[in-house]
Amino acid sequence: MQDFLDIFDIYLLEAVLNGILLGGVLALLALGLNLVFGVIDVIWICYAELIMIGMYGMYYLVAAFGVSYWIAAPLCVLLVAGLGAVLHLVVIEPLLSAPPINQLLATGGVLFFLQSFATVAFGIDFRNIGIRLPVLGIGDMHFSYARLLAFLAALIGMVAVYVFMKRSYVGTAIRAIAQDRQIMPLMGVNTRRIYLITSALGGALAGLAACLLVLQYDVHPFIGLSIGPITFLICVLGGLGNFIGGFVAAFVFAEIISLGGLFSDLEWGYVLAFGFFILMMFIRPRGLLARRS
Amino acid sequence: MSARYGRYGAWAAIAAVLVMLPLVHRDPYHLHIMVLILIWSFAYTSWSMMGRFGLTSLGHGGFMGVGAYVTALLWNHLGVSPWLGIPIALVCAGLLALVVAYPCFRFRITGHYFALVTLALSGIVLQVITASRDYTGGSLGYTPQATTGSKLIALQSSDKTVWYFVALAVWAVGLLIWFWVDRSMARHAMEAISEDEDAAAAAGVNVTAEKLKITVLSALMTALAGAVYCQYQMFISPDTVSGIAVSLQMVFAAVVGGLYLALGPTVGAVITILLAETLRIGFGTKAVGWDNLIYGALLVAFIIFLPQGILGSIVDRIRPSRRLGGRRGWGDKMRNRSGMPMQSASEASHDVREYEKP
Repeated sequence: MQDFLDIFDIYLLEAVLNGILLGGVLALLALGLNLVFGVIDVIWICYAELIMIGMYGMYYLVAAFGVSYWIAAPLCVLLVAGLGAVLHLVVIEPLLSAPPINQLLATGGVLFFLQSFATVAFGIDFRNIGIRLPVLGIGDMHFSYARLLAFLAALIGMVAVYVFMKRSYVGTAIRAIAQDRQIMPLMGVNTRRIYLITSALGGALAGLAACLLVLQYDVHPFIGLSIGPITFLICVLGGLGNFIGGFVAAFVFAEIISLGGLFSDLEWGYVLAFGFFILMMFIRPRGLLARRS
Repeated sequence: MSARYGRYGAWAAIAAVLVMLPLVHRDPYHLHIMVLILIWSFAYTSWSMMGRFGLTSLGHGGFMGVGAYVTALLWNHLGVSPWLGIPIALVCAGLLALVVAYPCFRFRITGHYFALVTLALSGIVLQVITASRDYTGGSLGYTPQATTGSKLIALQSSDKTVWYFVALAVWAVGLLIWFWVDRSMARHAMEAISEDEDAAAAAGVNVTAEKLKITVLSALMTALAGAVYCQYQMFISPDTVSGIAVSLQMVFAAVVGGLYLALGPTVGAVITILLAETLRIGFGTKAVGWDNLIYGALLVAFIIFLPQGILGSIVDRIRPSRRLGGRRGWGDKMRNRSGMPMQSASEASHDVREYEKP
């Protein structure tokens, strides 16, 4: 094992592997957003703020009320799923026939709202859930259990969504609506109900992401601004609504950030990733895996 | 014709009041608020220059950041006077706009995709400013050095009255540019493009060139707003002049005030800044966050119930015959296409004159 590891620069390998772990979480983030876009054709600009609310939920349940992490996590997923459904009912439904850009801007308003709601209700302090997971050492490399756990949970979450979409009746209806929005209502599908379920599912994925992220990062009202943009870029890079594209793009992005951060500051990793995104938009405007028309 | 003179008279009266104001009322706090309103109005107007044609950019925070930081960096590190530094900053912002927008328009990146590509742009500018903290001070902010020599050369002044006139002039120039575009062929071309790009291209509109013109113009104006803001406040930080939050703030104010009217963004700036200040004074530090809470709720409500903004809706209510340039409901479009009833005679003759020009 040690001989094998010596072939590579140990830091490079560590960065690559950490990139893969980060990619798992980013893929989960992108999945929820892609699902909502693919089915309802709406971009939730406030997606990361839903995650932020979920993280606060976890913080208060675990750190303030002493609920076990494993009980708090499902509660939190339910909470954010509910938020997703409410968001759809209150904001998106009245705007379903409005120009798409209005929907985008309205969820931008929700972004402001949730962010400042968190500021007003929870204050601007950085809060830590207070669970310290050990660090796993292989050779000279270090991986945090939190990241490993997040990666595994993200994979499980994605497989679960995949199975749900492929095997269940509702999942089939969701995929059908994503393919043709006009015909499906004529076929007797209750679009309104499907949209609600999709929104709740998107919210649930955000909630799952929140449970995982809260182990790695301190929560504060503006955390959405740091995870939100990257999630959108991954979705667009993979092709909006394209699940597999989003999955691939998440890992590409994570590697760029991780490797860029290795050679310089973490911010330059982000700059590189953003630059790569803009470049790719010109080479493949419809996403990494889009077929050429 | 008399109605027209009446309108010019009204504009002249407003201009006179605005110019006389600091000579009569010298309260520094009120002047400060006025200056802020004017500078931000100019920035919001710049955003609306392209926003009104359906080009929703979330990258204007980036242009503003470039305008502010390039000017300040040139002054501090190379001693370049802002009189030269601001044009250089504008050129930088213009180039940035070209580099990002040209491929966007060339490859037909529109709607959602355009908004998200420009979102990446404001993200990049924010990260670059934060990452190069050795020069820019990072997220702690940056202060242009106070000059020891001529204040005129350094474009610095501690006199609020001076800044009031500067901001007023900049704002007025913004409105003049708006009217200039409003009366040019570019407006008709852009309106055609925002309705249907293919149809516009088929009718002989150079879609890419027209969109680029308006985008670069808008970026230049936004960068100027950033530079003026920097010179006035003498302090900039990545969060106040760049990034996604600033981009969204511009969109918000423009939408609330009214996107399709020259004074709409100004109304938006007045409302947002006064609301923030009232809350700040009324509740002190307890009010942190409340202003954005109200903004957010208002923004959602406006987009659902009043997509034309406050001023747009008021003007519509007063003069139902007035045709607002820009996106309307489907029913309105049909009426405008099919016939006269929505158009007053003067509007119709105005349109005929426009079409004869080329």
